[in-house]
Amino acid sequence: MKKFRKMMSACAVIAMCGAALTGCGTDGGSTPASSTAATAAASTAASTAAADTTAAADTTAAPATTAADTTAAAQTTGGGSGELIKVGIINNDPSESGYRTANDRDLNNAFTKENGFDAKFAYGKTNDEQINAAKKFIQDEVDYLLLSAADTAGWDGVLKDAQNADVKVILFDRGIDADESLYEASIVSDMEKEGATAVEWLKSQNLDKYEVIHIQGQMGTAAQKGRSKALNETAKELNWTIVAQQTADWSTDKAQQIVQSVIDSKKSFNVIYAENDDMAKGAVAALDKANISHGVGKDVIVMGYDCNKWALQELKAGNWNYDGQCNPFQSSYLIDVIKKLEKGEKLEKKKIVMDEKGFDASTITDADVEKYGI
Amino acid sequence: MISNQKQNPIAALFRHQIVIPIAALLLLTIFNVLRDTSFFEVTLKNNSAGNPVLAGNLISVLDNGSELAILAIGMTLVTAACGGQDISVGATAVIAGSVVMRILSGGEASADVVHAPIIIAFLVCCLAAMACGAFNGMMVSVFRIQPMVATLIMFTAGRSIAGWINENKSIAITDPNFAIAGTFIPGIPVPTPVFIALICFIITWAILKFTNLGLYVQAVGINEKTSRLNGLNPTLIKFGTFVLLGLCVAVVGFIKVSRNGTINYSVVAKDIEMDAILAVALGGNALSGGKFNMPASILGAYVIQYLTTTLYAMEVQATALPAYKAVVVIALVVLSAPKVRDSVSGLFRKMSPAKQSGGAA
Repeated sequence: MKKFRKMMSACAVIAMCGAALTGCGTDGGSTPASSTAATAAASTAASTAAADTTAAADTTAAPATTAADTTAAAQTTGGGSGELIKVGIINNDPSESGYRTANDRDLNNAFTKENGFDAKFAYGKTNDEQINAAKKFIQDEVDYLLLSAADTAGWDGVLKDAQNADVKVILFDRGIDADESLYEASIVSDMEKEGATAVEWLKSQNLDKYEVIHIQGQMGTAAQKGRSKALNETAKELNWTIVAQQTADWSTDKAQQIVQSVIDSKKSFNVIYAENDDMAKGAVAALDKANISHGVGKDVIVMGYDCNKWALQELKAGNWNYDGQCNPFQSSYLIDVIKKLEKGEKLEKKKIVMDEKGFDASTITDADVEKYGI
Repeated sequence: MISNQKQNPIAALFRHQIVIPIAALLLLTIFNVLRDTSFFEVTLKNNSAGNPVLAGNLISVLDNGSELAILAIGMTLVTAACGGQDISVGATAVIAGSVVMRILSGGEASADVVHAPIIIAFLVCCLAAMACGAFNGMMVSVFRIQPMVATLIMFTAGRSIAGWINENKSIAITDPNFAIAGTFIPGIPVPTPVFIALICFIITWAILKFTNLGLYVQAVGINEKTSRLNGLNPTLIKFGTFVLLGLCVAVVGFIKVSRNGTINYSVVAKDIEMDAILAVALGGNALSGGKFNMPASILGAYVIQYLTTTLYAMEVQATALPAYKAVVVIALVVLSAPKVRDSVSGLFRKMSPAKQSGGAA
């Protein structure tokens, strides 16, 4: 009985917290997901500060203010003048990856009042959060709904609502499993093309032998599948040796352990093909530890993906050889599509694949590092 | 009964908690001996900076197992006192790491030299992680929320908070002085995390030996009411274990970012909370709280890393890796459960009188 009472009171506290958060979320108005998050941060900051005033003040103040800034910025655009194009943008959580951060920043910089947009942003880690945000945007009668879905399934209902409310939907970055008629366009990265570009580059190096350590991303993700595919096929076709093929789940220290393990087993290799920059960095740490030279004109070729700024700097310094881009700068494509639709033009096809570069250490310039580094 | 136990050393042995992690270590070692003896080779080489470093699978186990072992210390105390686990340690470690990166990078995307003394960054990250621990501790001890539910808040929000601290930038710090904590001290061939873990063990040992903390924690875990009647303050002790865990988390976060030189908010220390809880379970500690055995937990942490390193060395296919790990883990956890240990021990006790009578006949 006592236990039951204890549990009930615990539930009550959680429910109250939840209610408080959602309450603030709706008050905040324009950005349900982000303002909820902001309140969460603020409340955590407040409680941590209360627990340890001297310590937490400095560090926790930072997230609270940044969160408040974003909400404030989003609210100012809620004016609702007639000439601006009303856009609702639903994205994934910006802290998900450097890619997402760059993507969010790009969209924030592009969809401004100066450029003729009245944009509202919402962020969600799950489909549920995102669908709620989408419903709210449809109620607010936005002209365009821009969507990067957390999950591919479950969008049919809300997209039909959008269609009925005459809201045009444009997908960016991630596709969904829904009928093509439910959206106007889909702007995507082609991960298989990214992989093919990188492997083509590797092929063009004309090495005497190819002994590759293949460090994979989290298994089953689109990026992992696309980037693994080209290498697997080419290795089979040209008889390249895959010395090791392991997943490091995008993590630096797991990649380091995997390469360390290969070095300890005294196998020879001359290429590291890592499916993101973090894992390439981990691999390089293991090489450095074993005094194996890497980079331009050295023993081991290092390849990474995502074009983090620090990774491009490594490339520029000649420590790495290749970095493949996963283009986060989708705003120009989105604006292009919106302009065409506004003029009543028809799009040639719904799926628009973005240009994605691959950088070679011997040709990369400082300007590239600045422009494409995320 | 007592004489029986004396007569039967195997039965007595199985009553010891630490036997399970040791047995697991031995089993894995035997497996590796049969598989490939070169697994155990340790070599002294020079790294690219010209400093001598030790390399080999065993060194990898000690090196990469440090973080988990340090976490296991705090997790054991929390488990013993509260009868529940903190699932937010991974997220809090990222917050600690993010604080370190923020201070040392001075807000830039990359830094060749650190912008502030490293020790200050470390101290601030300790305070930040302890504040997170205090938040969790308050939820558990004052508001009496189930530990797993209470820490769910930090588990969910932690990585986003860590991202906000650095405005979600991917930061790289290439200063060799910063890398020392996660790699090597120039001229010393043993990885620094091993030393850091050792220091943590010694401090923990001293605290448990020379203070009553261990006794108090167990008393609260076994029976909160009785311990209150005996003049202890269960609220304070539970709260304290969470703050101590926060300190462990800070050290782990600091080692992680120092080892990597970068921070990826959604990936760093991912799922480490589950491994930490597993280490406590492998040590044979009851997850419902009460008595604990610290060395067993720490050994449990190294068992997990040993297993990971073995699987990497075996080159198990990436997609099958979690399945292999799961099978071994299930076997170990079942064996280390107090109930199973008791019945195994009972089995040996029963067997020996039978043998004796058989011999007499």
